[in-house]
Amino acid sequence: MKIVVCIGSSCHLKGSRYVVERLQQLISENSLDSKVDLGGTFCVGRCQDGVCVTVDEEFYSVSRENVDEFFRTAVLEKLG
Amino acid sequence: MRKFDTKVQHLKYKILREVARHAWDDSLLKCVLDIPKQIFPGPKPTMRCCVYKERAVAAERVKLAMGGDSQNDNVIEVIDIACDECPVGGYEVTNACRGCLAHRCEDVCKKGAITFDSNHVAHIDKSKCVECGACAKVCPYTAIVSRKRPCQSACKINAISIDENLSAKIDNDKCIGCGACVYQCPFGAITDKSYITHVIDLLKNKESRVYAVVAPSISSQFTYAKLGQVITGLKELGFHTVVEAALGADMVALSESRELVEKGFLTSSCCPAFVKYVKSAFPKLEEHISHNPSPMVAISKYIKETSPGAKTVFIGPCTAKKSEARLEGAREYVDEVLTFEELQALFDSRDMDITTLPEGVLDNASYFGRIFARSGGLSDAVSQAMKEQGLDTSFVLKPEVCDGIEACRLALLKKNKNVLNANFIEGMACSGGCINGAGCLTHGEKNKSEVDKYGREALEKTIGDAVSVLM
Repeated sequence: MKIVVCIGSSCHLKGSRYVVERLQQLISENSLDSKVDLGGTFCVGRCQDGVCVTVDEEFYSVSRENVDEFFRTAVLEKLG
Repeated sequence: MRKFDTKVQHLKYKILREVARHAWDDSLLKCVLDIPKQIFPGPKPTMRCCVYKERAVAAERVKLAMGGDSQNDNVIEVIDIACDECPVGGYEVTNACRGCLAHRCEDVCKKGAITFDSNHVAHIDKSKCVECGACAKVCPYTAIVSRKRPCQSACKINAISIDENLSAKIDNDKCIGCGACVYQCPFGAITDKSYITHVIDLLKNKESRVYAVVAPSISSQFTYAKLGQVITGLKELGFHTVVEAALGADMVALSESRELVEKGFLTSSCCPAFVKYVKSAFPKLEEHISHNPSPMVAISKYIKETSPGAKTVFIGPCTAKKSEARLEGAREYVDEVLTFEELQALFDSRDMDITTLPEGVLDNASYFGRIFARSGGLSDAVSQAMKEQGLDTSFVLKPEVCDGIEACRLALLKKNKNVLNANFIEGMACSGGCINGAGCLTHGEKNKSEVDKYGREALEKTIGDAVSVLM
């Protein structure tokens, strides 16, 4: 599974660093390092919806507040 | 508000703008011969002896705006017919000499080159004069002037000579591409080649996303608008997004500090003019040049690796970056380079008034990545990177901050003789750092405070935090 977090300016100001660090932590806590490939990209063109995250090309709007829930529903549940 | 320092820059800009205008609507081939007449409609000349000469020089400028002489690898070229063949006599006594009694000029001259005629008027014996300029400094009437050409005075590494036709000539092996002569020639006879049409081609091709990588010195430019409006302007031009080169500087600071501790001595590698200078004038010291890519290359590489198919355009104050982008190890990652002058022409070729645009945002890098733009900033960043990585306990950083190519030369001479009391040379070819690059719209004292201010506005306060998002 490939998760891409937007680290462009707009998402950066909305907290993409927190999202990245939290996802790294969650991936490691759940021992998913071999199953999940976390990466960054500059601007996916949907700045209003940032922090923009895609999971295998599927778009999610993530924030500091909902990053844990996002991980549970969009990552953990999909990985089964 | 004035957008440029000089009328020479303004003329160069007008040519670039017209070339760009035609490049956008694919009419360049058809209209290229009309541009000189468009700029100089005549019948009266406005800058030179006649309108035909003005147009002839303008035609040469159009050529340079379209990439210049493809047989010449140097990005800096002389426009022979624009060169005014300035006098080259060196220090001379003018008729302002009053034949005074003090004779300070004689006292200060260590070579005994000053003599006086029966009216006590000073004369300089050219066979003894070493062009030190001491006499000119002490004359209370400023009666002694240097007839050195501005281009030669600007070129501190002596790459400019005078050819048999009295036109300036660049030694391409020596030239480091810094552009000092470009900015200083009062006739605009030396100029940097532009690849503005290549950038327009990239932007017109909707197949690939074009990323603008902007240098931190942009914070001191386009001061008639807000930085956020410049960012929006770039997107309106067709750039997919704008990324800070300063984030590349953060990456470089981290790895360069590790490299320094491992090797014990290092020179910086981010200024391409400095790197070329070390290679051509001090080949023995080449091994000490940091193996890190420049910030421009580091961030462009990251963009290309994370966004397949992306195109990258570096936008900065530097003419030497145009050469760097053509070297192996850089050309794979950097597609084109624009100067701030060229960006202004690009905006205006689309009749875009950026002051009316909403403000976009630009925030990726840390304070330290951003202050790379001014002299001393790179050393501060390396020092900070050492602290953040706990390297400062075992290694004491002793930087030699070289502000301008003359200071670089002194430090390199000392290192060559093993008498340099430093373990890190920060080499910047332009005095003041990148903020005084030849491709800047405006040069001035306040540029430094603007960059520092922009640095302090960064969301990320440490280098580690800024790069932690780069996975």
